[in-house]
Amino acid sequence: MPDGARPVLDVRGLKTVFRTRGGDVHAVNDVSFSLQKGELLGVVGESGSGKSVTMMSLIGLLPSPPADVCGGTVMLGDTDLLTAPPEELRQIRGARIGFVFQDPMTSLNPVFNVGSQIMEPLREHMGMTKAQAEVRAVELLELVGIPDARRRLKSYPHQFSGGMRQRVMIAIALACDPDVLIADEPTTALDVTIQAQILELVKELRQKLGMAIIWITHDLGVIAGIADRVMVMYGGQVVEQGPVRAVFSAPQHPYTRALLRTIPKLHGPRDARLEAISGQPPILSAPPTSCPFRPRCPHAFDRCAAENPARRAIDGRAIGQGHDVACHWTAPAMQEVAHA
Amino acid sequence: MLTFILRRLMLAIPTLLLISLVIFLLVDFAPGSPMSEIPLTVPPEVRQKMMAAMGADKPVMVRYVLWLRQFFIVEPQYAIDALFGTDFAQGAQRIISWQSKVPVFQIIGERLPQTLTVVGTAYLIGILIALPIGIYSAYRQYSWFDIGGTFFSTVGFSVPTFFTGNILILIFAVKLGWFPTIYDTNLRITDWESLVKMLKQMALPVTVLALFNAAEISRYTRASVLENLGQDYVRTARAKGMPERVVLLKHVLRNSLIPVVTVIALGLPTVFGGAIVTEQIFKINGIGAALIGAIHVSDLPTVQTITFIFAVLIVAFNLIADILYGILDPRIRYD
Repeated sequence: MPDGARPVLDVRGLKTVFRTRGGDVHAVNDVSFSLQKGELLGVVGESGSGKSVTMMSLIGLLPSPPADVCGGTVMLGDTDLLTAPPEELRQIRGARIGFVFQDPMTSLNPVFNVGSQIMEPLREHMGMTKAQAEVRAVELLELVGIPDARRRLKSYPHQFSGGMRQRVMIAIALACDPDVLIADEPTTALDVTIQAQILELVKELRQKLGMAIIWITHDLGVIAGIADRVMVMYGGQVVEQGPVRAVFSAPQHPYTRALLRTIPKLHGPRDARLEAISGQPPILSAPPTSCPFRPRCPHAFDRCAAENPARRAIDGRAIGQGHDVACHWTAPAMQEVAHA
Repeated sequence: MLTFILRRLMLAIPTLLLISLVIFLLVDFAPGSPMSEIPLTVPPEVRQKMMAAMGADKPVMVRYVLWLRQFFIVEPQYAIDALFGTDFAQGAQRIISWQSKVPVFQIIGERLPQTLTVVGTAYLIGILIALPIGIYSAYRQYSWFDIGGTFFSTVGFSVPTFFTGNILILIFAVKLGWFPTIYDTNLRITDWESLVKMLKQMALPVTVLALFNAAEISRYTRASVLENLGQDYVRTARAKGMPERVVLLKHVLRNSLIPVVTVIALGLPTVFGGAIVTEQIFKINGIGAALIGAIHVSDLPTVQTITFIFAVLIVAFNLIADILYGILDPRIRYD
């Protein structure tokens, strides 16, 4: 896509703090990224790296207290979601931003049939009558590949399998033709074949409908398969960001490199144990003043303890546009590392 | 669903038979004699004849079987006769109170309206108070409203009705003189004045019972709403952009009501039992008062019959709770 095109979603310097009795936890620290129209951005990182919290912060889905989204701007078109009044934000949720969550088993309300759950946002945001909403709900179920859609409207969530429920969730998220679809580990709770089906479905829907997608996952394989750009998060901040091809072929950050090494290989001899990154991600009780990955980093040196690295471009393009990394260490090419 | 109800009704028969036997034997084995109220000057032969006239000298098993026949065959026949003007009963022997020598069901028919007016109103008001308090307490957990609500429900739940009843009488009837201390059963509502009088005499007993019921139900409601507020589907509803009103009163409430409805249904028959005490305090001439009076003079048929009716109510409301459960929760299947 051309540089300088106006992004659908533009996040600048987002900060979220959980104010708990045990003290503050800085879950999101100065996160910036943007999303172009029709683009699929993959967000990766291990549990606790702030991926989900970042996305939930954008549209006020975190319970407050304890969460406090205390800094930054989130521009969706001309609206800053962080300063928008709650009522305006509510009208954006489900209409211009759709959400798909991790566990389809618990994400649907067990006591209402799926038809009414799909029709709810249609009637709320699009002002449809019951009859119009029903027609649209059938269309949506057919769109996400649920056979016999008209009859299944009357079915309850427990009468669907996990994969089918996730399809229903996707239908709900897409109901009002959103500009952005945020999928928070949508395939993690599903088995591998169903996961592949859902991925295929999303690829197909993206081509048909052309919305931008943020796909949160900790599965790099999924990112490689569907994403245009990838954003690696660690300790509540973006450590590396760039086009999928660039990040996967020339990872810059030691954390990204380590993540890529943890993918099991399908070919060749399996003479070594599966790689793991030793240690735990940090829980930040104060905004980081040093690199959060330092304790686990094999390349850490004194500057890493003194200064939290800012993001720097490595291909000469503006930060967030091309490939950038937040690390003091200048990475050699991947092959050199392999031979060292 | 129908098969389920039929099966449950069939199962209720042996349950109720066993309960009736236990009640009959327990009441019968209790100390005391129906002759205890008869003056000591009455000679033993006469006493013997009086016992024989009431059938009280027969062995307990004979009396039990006769009572069963009267309860399940004769009394329903009289009920049908009274409703449709038929003559199935043909003057068969009914269950007669040893104390007043009138049919027990006639006593119940006279006493039940008073109990239902007071207890029914109290239960209804209790539910109407409890649901909003429970829902809002959970929604604003740890707010001042929640802390206050939790405090009052703990107090209401742990202080017995005979205590709150007497305190209220002391304050509002004796000291302030706003309400009467005694419930006038003969009062008929004919005009505004009598209506106001009725409401005034109902106020204290209804308040006592309603507070107690509201305390219990609001605690259950609060716990249930709290549990559901943390569920993933609530986040989904918010992510869909539903207004908080819809999230809370549609998505959360419908799920939260499933256990609460069970508590309400199962609580109804126990309210009849709990009302016994309140009826005594406020001198309401209801079914609880009839039971207590009958116990005092060892009027065994009355005690056995009223107690058994309570048992039937409990079994019936258990079934109703199960049916409601199935209606509210589509995941429950009855086949």
